[in-house]
Amino acid sequence: MAKHETPLLDQLETGPWPSFVSDLKQQAEVRAKNEKGVEFQIPQDCVDDLLGVLELSFKHGRTHWKHGGIVGVFGYGGGVIGRYCDQPQAFPGVEHFHTMRVNQPAGKFYKTDYLKSLTELWDFRGSGVTNMHGATGDIILLGTTTPQLEEVFWTLTHDMNQDLGGSGSNLRTPADCLGQSRCEYACYDTNALVYFLTNEYQDELHRPAFPYKFKFKLDGCPNCCVASIARSDMSFIGTWKDDIRIDQDAVNKYVENDPAYPANAGAHKGKDWGPFDIEKEVTGLCPTKCMKFENKKLFIDNANCTRCMHCINVMPRALKVGKETGCSILVGAKAPILDGAQMGSLLVPFVEVNPDNDYEAITEVIENVWDWWMEEGKNRERLGELIMRQGFQKLLEVTGIDPMPQHVAYPRTNPYIFWKEDEVTGGWERDVEEYRKHHQR
Amino acid sequence: MATIEFNGKSFEIDEDGFLLDYNLYSEEWVEYVKSQEGIEEMSDEHWQVVKVLQDYYEKNGIAPMVRVLSKLTKFKLKHIYELFPSGPGKGACKMAGLPKPTGCV
Repeated sequence: MAKHETPLLDQLETGPWPSFVSDLKQQAEVRAKNEKGVEFQIPQDCVDDLLGVLELSFKHGRTHWKHGGIVGVFGYGGGVIGRYCDQPQAFPGVEHFHTMRVNQPAGKFYKTDYLKSLTELWDFRGSGVTNMHGATGDIILLGTTTPQLEEVFWTLTHDMNQDLGGSGSNLRTPADCLGQSRCEYACYDTNALVYFLTNEYQDELHRPAFPYKFKFKLDGCPNCCVASIARSDMSFIGTWKDDIRIDQDAVNKYVENDPAYPANAGAHKGKDWGPFDIEKEVTGLCPTKCMKFENKKLFIDNANCTRCMHCINVMPRALKVGKETGCSILVGAKAPILDGAQMGSLLVPFVEVNPDNDYEAITEVIENVWDWWMEEGKNRERLGELIMRQGFQKLLEVTGIDPMPQHVAYPRTNPYIFWKEDEVTGGWERDVEEYRKHHQR
Repeated sequence: MATIEFNGKSFEIDEDGFLLDYNLYSEEWVEYVKSQEGIEEMSDEHWQVVKVLQDYYEKNGIAPMVRVLSKLTKFKLKHIYELFPSGPGKGACKMAGLPKPTGCV
């Protein structure tokens, strides 16, 4: 018998999608029965109370969590999101309901052994409720009390060789697409680079030293499966600089509608779009119109290709990314607060991704950007806002990158152009008397 | 919200153990907080951080950014964590009696 009546939540148990309400009820029941004889370290009925407080919020149309919360583990300035219920008498099980962020593995590949030890720990010292995963990438352990934080941290680090993720004004947990582990488009090993960057910048991740939060995300190609261009202050997007590799026989299989060669690997099979038409679906849709198909041969003018991925996405068995691969670095993406949403702006068109020299070319850009932003960034100013305030030109100066046409979508349309004094013959020091010699008042 | 008694003084605190009113700060508060924050003895350097935070807060009405705290105390962030294991926000600001840090923490 459930602890609280939840008529509104009960409606969310209907319908085909996996119901979070059914799952929470199941977890509440597992804790109530406790067939494994776990010595629960937080209230046994915390999940019942979570459902109860959520039902109350459904009824009231407002949240019942108090403002903020500052808890954590010694040595770190982040990793735990403190939370307290504002109705602790009615729902004592969630009086404390802190969230712990746990750093996920690259690409989110797991073994059941690992997940079992994690759930065992969380059933014992937490609510047993999780979020797999937070939008930034972390494994999220949802709901425990303050005295359990150091205990969970001890077990994570000592028994599971596992660290917390980031929170606060610091480097947040980096995340990547699954990259070369199982995608033929990946232009570099995103798993290796995300792992390297996470380890390299542990100090920046655990001890907030920045004006505000800072995120890395790594995409293997411009399809952006981890949405780095929208969700990270610094976005690493794989690309190539030589030619797209064409298998002409495979192209013709697509053209002949060979069932083993469905367009887009069969992504549109749910509807009859007619037979594949290479003109209509590929060459005609190319954004730079740099392709043509003549006499059973596909031709790509690679010098005019912007590597948008469309043709490769449509004919994955016939077209492959080039061999000279690397990545582009884009900076400044952020959500609207304070001065409007931004997506990443292109800073480095092409940089090598080289594990043999510890990704020197990439860490140099990162550290130059941090040096500037840490010194100049105002309190709670994202990198994207500093770029708006001080100018993209300033970003290029601090990173030692020469301006190039690729840095803009279009040139400025207003004429408010700043010049440096040494660029102007004669400088800024002028004598009005000298001017008056030629121009009467 | 709770009231705690320590060495004859009483303090009103929130769930996270932050003082609700900066004006209620006294040296007994520091004695009370230090054990929770993993500090055995208050050194001159601990007091220096506390004083800098309080001066800055009294002048500006906000806590300083981490970089400003480093510059004012001339302590690197690493050293501030050596002094205050839970860091400048949860450790030092709590001890100095400043309001709880807010935002996306």
